[in-house]
Amino acid sequence: MSTFDFLKVRRLYIDYDNLDQELLNEVIREEPSFQWCISCGCCTATCSAGNHTTFNIRRISLILRRGEIEGLEEELKKCMLCGKCTLVCPRDIQLRNVVMNIKKIVLKKKTA
Amino acid sequence: MKKIAVIGGGIAGLEVSRLLLQEGLPVTLIEKGSRLGGNLRNYAHLFPDFTPSDEILGNYRFLPSNSDLQLLMNTQIESIDFSTQPYTLHSKDGIAIPADPLIIATGYQVFDAKLKEEFGYGIYDGVITSVELEKMIKQHHIVTPYGKIPRRIAFIHCVGSRDAKVGNSYCSRLCCITAIKQAIETKKLLPETEIFCFYIDLRMYGLTFEELYLNAQKEYNIQFVRGRLSETSEMIDKRLIIKAEDTLIGRPLQMKADMLVLMVGMEASDFSKQFAYHNGLEIGDHGFFQPLNQFNARSKSQKEGIFFAGTSIGPMSVAETIEHARAAALSAISYLKDKEY
Ligand SMILES: Cc1cc2nc3c(=O)[nH]c(=O)nc-3n(C[C@H](O)[C@H](O)[C@H](O)COP(=O)(O)OP(=O)(O)OC[C@H]3O[C@@H](n4cnc5c(N)ncnc54)[C@H](O)[C@@H]3O)c2cc1C
Ligand code: SF4
Ligand code: SF4
Ligand code: SF4
Repeated sequence: MSTFDFLKVRRLYIDYDNLDQELLNEVIREEPSFQWCISCGCCTATCSAGNHTTFNIRRISLILRRGEIEGLEEELKKCMLCGKCTLVCPRDIQLRNVVMNIKKIVLKKKTA
Repeated sequence: MKKIAVIGGGIAGLEVSRLLLQEGLPVTLIEKGSRLGGNLRNYAHLFPDFTPSDEILGNYRFLPSNSDLQLLMNTQIESIDFSTQPYTLHSKDGIAIPADPLIIATGYQVFDAKLKEEFGYGIYDGVITSVELEKMIKQHHIVTPYGKIPRRIAFIHCVGSRDAKVGNSYCSRLCCITAIKQAIETKKLLPETEIFCFYIDLRMYGLTFEELYLNAQKEYNIQFVRGRLSETSEMIDKRLIIKAEDTLIGRPLQMKADMLVLMVGMEASDFSKQFAYHNGLEIGDHGFFQPLNQFNARSKSQKEGIFFAGTSIGPMSVAETIEHARAAALSAISYLKDKEY
């Protein structure tokens, strides 16, 4: 299934020694709450996009943390920016703002 | 005039009173309810070894007949006047009680699950709390509100705890092991029933808790799903549908269940919460009384002659409550000795 592409294993190991943290750091600067996710999965369970596609907002956050940002932009197009994830998050993480910031930063990089 | 006062007749207040009386010190024990024992009276058996709670409470059976004990039941303390010496406790009904030293053992209350509307408590009858399940276990009778034997039960961890949305960011410590205790007890009563625990982290902090967790898997086939409940809905046949993410698989999950047990967290009692608005005693960020420090003065307050016992300072098990109450009694005794010299 092509929709699984984003979640496909690219490397056998997560390469912590060569993490691409640039995007992650910028996102955290813009939206510090992104740092304190506990991966409870509430956002994914309630996500409007996640209920119709294989989109998984929690995993996207995690994958960004591991520096695996290939295909991220394409995947984020599925998000409808409805904000339900933010509503249910027990850690009060502004996830919708995280998504918007990733998009913004990626776009800025492309046009730079 | 008897001056040592203990507010709260739960296990903490009972243990403090027992020790002070044993030292020959007269005690006034004040309880707002009509019975002693506090929250423990609602629970059937206790983790970690399924001791009946009645057995623990039974240790205090003869306390009320001690002639050095003045027992004030149905007396709710509303305020403390710190300007008098001894301090004066004022009850709802206008009784004034001198207190020096004062031991505060006002305990906890459980989170009001109705506040998590999306979980369905108070909306769908099949959604109950861990406290309500304890009562069913006590009666050896676990049925759905429609009188049927539940074929599948889901236990939901962290309800009203670790949740910024309801203002309780702390972990209640005991609900993980309580869920395992209750899951096992349920399975003993209903061997055919499937049981799932939905957790974020399993906090098995006691020496023998991990064993109980292993036992739940090994002997009772209890299933554990790592994911927090996001919402509950109801089908026409009154069964429940729950939504979560199975975070270890990484996919959203839907499950039908006959019953949902919400593991409600422990909150500060109204008595301590009110000090957040009235000066006098320090309240920590989580609404519980704030002890002098977190190491060697956990039963002392910032005020001379005022001590804390049990869950008035935060979530504790029965064993921890009793030990903390003993520390409070010891502190009160040395305070009295210091005063004499
Ligand atoms: C669902 C559940 C299951 C549990 N199961 C276990 C278990 O299996 N094993 C275990 O070790 N622990 C268990 N616990 C924890 C256990 O309940 C506590 O450790 C214990 O009950 C604490 O006792 P306490 O005296 O501090 O508080 P409480 O029991 O709350 O007693 C406080 C007393 O103070 C009185 N009071 C409060 N305010 C006032 C006032 N203003 N004036 C006068 N009186 C007042 C109250 O009426 C009450 O009687 C469980 C907790 C929950 C929520
Ligand atoms: S709901 Fe919040 S804490 Fe839970 S996984 Fe999503 S972002 Fe993280
Ligand atoms: S804002 Fe995007 S990620 Fe959040 S719930 Fe809506 S669709 Fe899902
Ligand atoms: S003890 Fe377990 S169920 Fe209770 S708040 Fe902590 S993690 Fe959640």
